[in-house]
Amino acid sequence: MIRALASAWLGLLVMAPLLVVAAIAFAVPDQGLPPFRLPIIEGRWEGGNESWGVLTADDFYLAALLRSLVVASATAGLCLALAYPMALGILRLAPARRPLVLALVVLPLCIGFVLRMAAWVGLLRDSGLVNQALLAMGVISAPVPLLYSSTGLLMGMVHSYLPFALLPLYAALAARDMRLEEAAADLGAGPFTVFRSITLPGSAAAAGAAFLLVFIPAAGEFVIPALLGAPDALLAGGAIWQEFFTARDWPLAAAASMALLAVLLPPLALWQRLGRR
Amino acid sequence: MSRVVLWLGLGFLWAPVLLMAGFAFSDARQPFVWGGFSWRWFVALAGNARLLEAASLSVLLAAGAATLAMLAGGAMGWVLARQGAFRGRAVFGALAAAPLVLPEVVSGLALLLLFVALERLTGWPQGRGVLTLLLAHASLGAAYVAVVVQGRLASMGPLLEDAAADLGANAATVFRTITLPLIAPSLAAGWGLAFFLSFDDVVLASFTSGPGATTLPLLLFSQLRMGATPEAHALAVVMLGLAVAGLCLWQIWLRSKNRVS
Repeated sequence: MIRALASAWLGLLVMAPLLVVAAIAFAVPDQGLPPFRLPIIEGRWEGGNESWGVLTADDFYLAALLRSLVVASATAGLCLALAYPMALGILRLAPARRPLVLALVVLPLCIGFVLRMAAWVGLLRDSGLVNQALLAMGVISAPVPLLYSSTGLLMGMVHSYLPFALLPLYAALAARDMRLEEAAADLGAGPFTVFRSITLPGSAAAAGAAFLLVFIPAAGEFVIPALLGAPDALLAGGAIWQEFFTARDWPLAAAASMALLAVLLPPLALWQRLGRR
Repeated sequence: MSRVVLWLGLGFLWAPVLLMAGFAFSDARQPFVWGGFSWRWFVALAGNARLLEAASLSVLLAAGAATLAMLAGGAMGWVLARQGAFRGRAVFGALAAAPLVLPEVVSGLALLLLFVALERLTGWPQGRGVLTLLLAHASLGAAYVAVVVQGRLASMGPLLEDAAADLGANAATVFRTITLPLIAPSLAAGWGLAFFLSFDDVVLASFTSGPGATTLPLLLFSQLRMGATPEAHALAVVMLGLAVAGLCLWQIWLRSKNRVS
């Protein structure tokens, strides 16, 4: 009974939407509302592959997809590079102080995603605080364009995703068997050797999972690039958004969504495998 | 070395937030410009009817979506942890976890297209608005609740429930007296997570909301594209204050609970 209800929920709100997107990806754009029609004539499916043709016709969409993957990799890499030592740093603190520092990691999220991005817009503008500070220190002689560039984009992305990499990494590192490291140290290994031969191999799976946990949603991110990124460097999420809201080509937006999902399936499968260990 | 990175990372996380909050007390009309101390933006915030209306809609929506997510996600987590290897378990598990990792743009588009298709076929739901937004947020939140509840049930094993059943309790009694009290903290944590996800969401709302249902993040997002106002700074201070107050209350509650037990 409970299983039937839960299955109905998942069927209606998770499976059905994905099936509808898959179907509409093969529909044909049309006037009216909704702006497409299913290519069924006299009960026969006439097959509309136009959207797939548009997606592969020129490099526009492929370039957006590749840019997304590059931005997502850079974001996930930076998050991991910060989160891993941060998690170790928290674990070096006295146990009583750890909850406070973890709260300090999560609290900046509480002012809300949009306001955090608003803060970055204000800081990175040509007349913003960062440029004013650099000018005052004499590091630069004219404002550097930070907002609407890849620098600004990465700042916002890392700021948003860092806690999501840090918390699972912290949990994994906190659960590790400290006796192995103590034994290695007793046997004469220096701190760096202990880290390289025990800590790092033991947490590689967790680090991989944290990387993917940032990479996968970052690859489809739309809002941060729209607010902080360069307007001419369209990303996959933005392309889907534009086709849907601006061009009102629903079949093309659906096909682009399916393409993005197909590209993300291998990292998704890998994330599931790393998580099960 | 790791401590240096820890403090640098915390500085990176906090710097924009603290600056945002600090400039709320500036008298200047532009954001991030210091023009002397003033409370005027808090007064302006309190008088901004549109913003307050959007905020109260967001709170109600988040509470409703979190409650729905808690029920559905709790059921999903229980099925995954306690129903063994039923037919279709792999598909069930994959669907339960899908909203966690699907890009938001894809989930939002998919839900909207579903609602449009449903309306075409059955006449329900009529247009987009609070109801469609509620379902979209609940489906995302339920996935998070399911993970938390499943983890809790898996970690404690079925021993207590089996013992109660052996002693003659029927399924409903076992659930009410054993399972529910044990997963209650996870359900509460999941509710909080689902509330926050709904309260902070821009993308799903952009797709599934209608003209009559502008949430706080949607309103702020549309204003930010035209340039932020100093009122946004004041709002950041209010949010931060509420979060810190909530955290303190939670700590006090934990301490008093520990003292009792």
